[in-house]
Amino acid sequence: MTDVTERTSEPPRLRVGVRLRELAGYREILWNLVRKELKVKYTASVLGAVWSLLNPVVFLVVFSFVSRMLGGAVYPYAPFLLAGLLAWNLFNVSVLNGAQSVISNANLVKKVYFPREILPLATVGVGLVDFVLQSAVFFIFLILFGYGFQLDVVWLYPFAFVDLLLFSVALTMFVSALNVRYRDVQHLIGLALLVWFWLTPIVYPIGRVYDKLSRSTNSLAKAVWYVYLANPMTWVVNGFQKALFHPSDPNVTPPPLAPFTAEQLGVALSIGAVILLVFVYLGWRLYFSMSGDFAEEL
Amino acid sequence: MTDSAIEVVDVSKRFRVYREKPTSLKQRLLSGRTRAEDFWALTDVSFEVAQGGTLGLIGHNGSGKTTMLKVVAGILRPTKGIVRERGRIAGLLELGAGFHPELTGRENVYLNASFLGLSRAETDRVYDEIVAFAELQEFMDTAVKFYSSGMLVRLGFAVAVHVEPEIILIDEVLAVGDEAFQARCIDKVRSFQREGRTIVFVTHALDQVRSLCDNAVMLDHGRVHVTGSPDDVVREMRLTILHNDLEFAREEGSKEVEIVGVELLRAGSPLSGAIPSGETLTIQVDVRAIDPVEDPVVSFALHDATNAFVFGYDTSNGGLALGTLRGSRRIRFDVGPIPVTGGKYWLTLGVHSRDNARVYHVQDERYSFDVQQADGHRNQLTFPVTAEMETL
Repeated sequence: MTDVTERTSEPPRLRVGVRLRELAGYREILWNLVRKELKVKYTASVLGAVWSLLNPVVFLVVFSFVSRMLGGAVYPYAPFLLAGLLAWNLFNVSVLNGAQSVISNANLVKKVYFPREILPLATVGVGLVDFVLQSAVFFIFLILFGYGFQLDVVWLYPFAFVDLLLFSVALTMFVSALNVRYRDVQHLIGLALLVWFWLTPIVYPIGRVYDKLSRSTNSLAKAVWYVYLANPMTWVVNGFQKALFHPSDPNVTPPPLAPFTAEQLGVALSIGAVILLVFVYLGWRLYFSMSGDFAEEL
Repeated sequence: MTDSAIEVVDVSKRFRVYREKPTSLKQRLLSGRTRAEDFWALTDVSFEVAQGGTLGLIGHNGSGKTTMLKVVAGILRPTKGIVRERGRIAGLLELGAGFHPELTGRENVYLNASFLGLSRAETDRVYDEIVAFAELQEFMDTAVKFYSSGMLVRLGFAVAVHVEPEIILIDEVLAVGDEAFQARCIDKVRSFQREGRTIVFVTHALDQVRSLCDNAVMLDHGRVHVTGSPDDVVREMRLTILHNDLEFAREEGSKEVEIVGVELLRAGSPLSGAIPSGETLTIQVDVRAIDPVEDPVVSFALHDATNAFVFGYDTSNGGLALGTLRGSRRIRFDVGPIPVTGGKYWLTLGVHSRDNARVYHVQDERYSFDVQQADGHRNQLTFPVTAEMETL
């Protein structure tokens, strides 16, 4: 006997297991949407996805050149920057495009049934594909230019990655659901991400902030340091930097990635993953309960 | 536990209608929630569709058909009531949902098919059939932005008819394409039926309801107006179409002679209730001309509930000359004995010149009356018959 589906007025309660199974049943749509977005993005361009790969290459070239010319940083700036920036890009693109994901697919939402979670998940998926491609370029760079990977820190990479993914999914869920009702959200989040970027140790090493704040005798500064650490992206970015940036050459000064050791970061990211899982659940629940009305609100 | 594929139990759907929809926080804070008005698109709608049954959903524009379909499809959530479904559903509310202009025909087939619940492997299996059905073999690797609208519709439909869910919801998509294509679509629907799939379809084509459905529901202003066999429901639908026209009854004419009053009489008193067949109905028409009008003719016509013409008559038939009409006149037609079967009849009245060149005033099916079959008679026309007997 086939399953009985019941639709009632009750705002459905999110039962994770059941819903996950339903999502799995519709995964084809997710792959197709991601594929579509990528196709559309690079369609009618001769180089296609090469543009995506070119992005980190240009970054690496420009920043290697600039930092060498200016000699500002004592550590190799380009790989340091890119380690954090690629992670940030995934987060940034997911959340920004995620805000629009339901609205820009209004036609689908109004005409076809499918689990609505697929829309924000697809935007994260698109960001993820770019992330993987660009990371590949970055890894090649790291190997070619002798930075390499160190086993004693690179294990941190999956920890940071899981946290990054969880946080991106959670926030994208929140933002995409709320933006259907309040279109302010997309503008707000655009501004917020701009500020957020500078509050995250991407272009500057976290050690600088640590030196300024935590070691200060001012108790306010200490408080600000803890607020600074409340940003999940701080931990994520720091994790990526720590995992990837570990110069084997003893003559190369590492960027100040203090104050945490890789082990400490690993623990922090693991705890973070649990907290973020709760966050994903909350975002999912909000999205799920609001998604029943999307077709009307658009 | 019934074995119906779809059960709709007391479903109501409320839409909040915003005069100016506050979509930003500022607007919402400033205006509060008071500006929303409730609009009930569906009220206590119940029906069932048996496994393998075909239900036609009909109704006027704005009667809630599409809303109902969307609730069944899961796109909208009912405000009250329950919808129960057994089996996988595919809603064909729009052909080629999710088609993206930049993608090729092939890519769009896979994308669209996944929205209709087909996996990649399943789509692979029917892909060639889809292409053949759409007759677009040479164009599958062309971006669909270069397709004509007809090609798009064909591709959309081709995918739609190759889905294999237990329950299929169709929203007026059969009304597209040329005649040959439509014929194939109808064939496809019939083969769905043979395969035992359950179908709900919304349409304006009443003939399709009669030929395809085994049950029908007519919605009117969000309520179930009538439900039952397609023939009955379609008849009722025709009737209300006529009835609704009354409110904006078509009137035309130069009004040099105007129909100012109409009354239906039975034995000298105003008609109340149905008139039994065999009795005489009097149609009394008051006309008025401000300026003299030469030799006008007053006519009437009767249509039955299916809008078929039954009878027409004008004053020139009976040799009544109105002469030069000025001021108010009352014209009386005694119609009878009424020979027609029971049912509702619609009366059209007109005033025009004898050669029909000038139409002074026409009221199109503005009035109606019911005829009741005299007891003990079958529903039949009454011919005047005289019987005689003679000895041979």
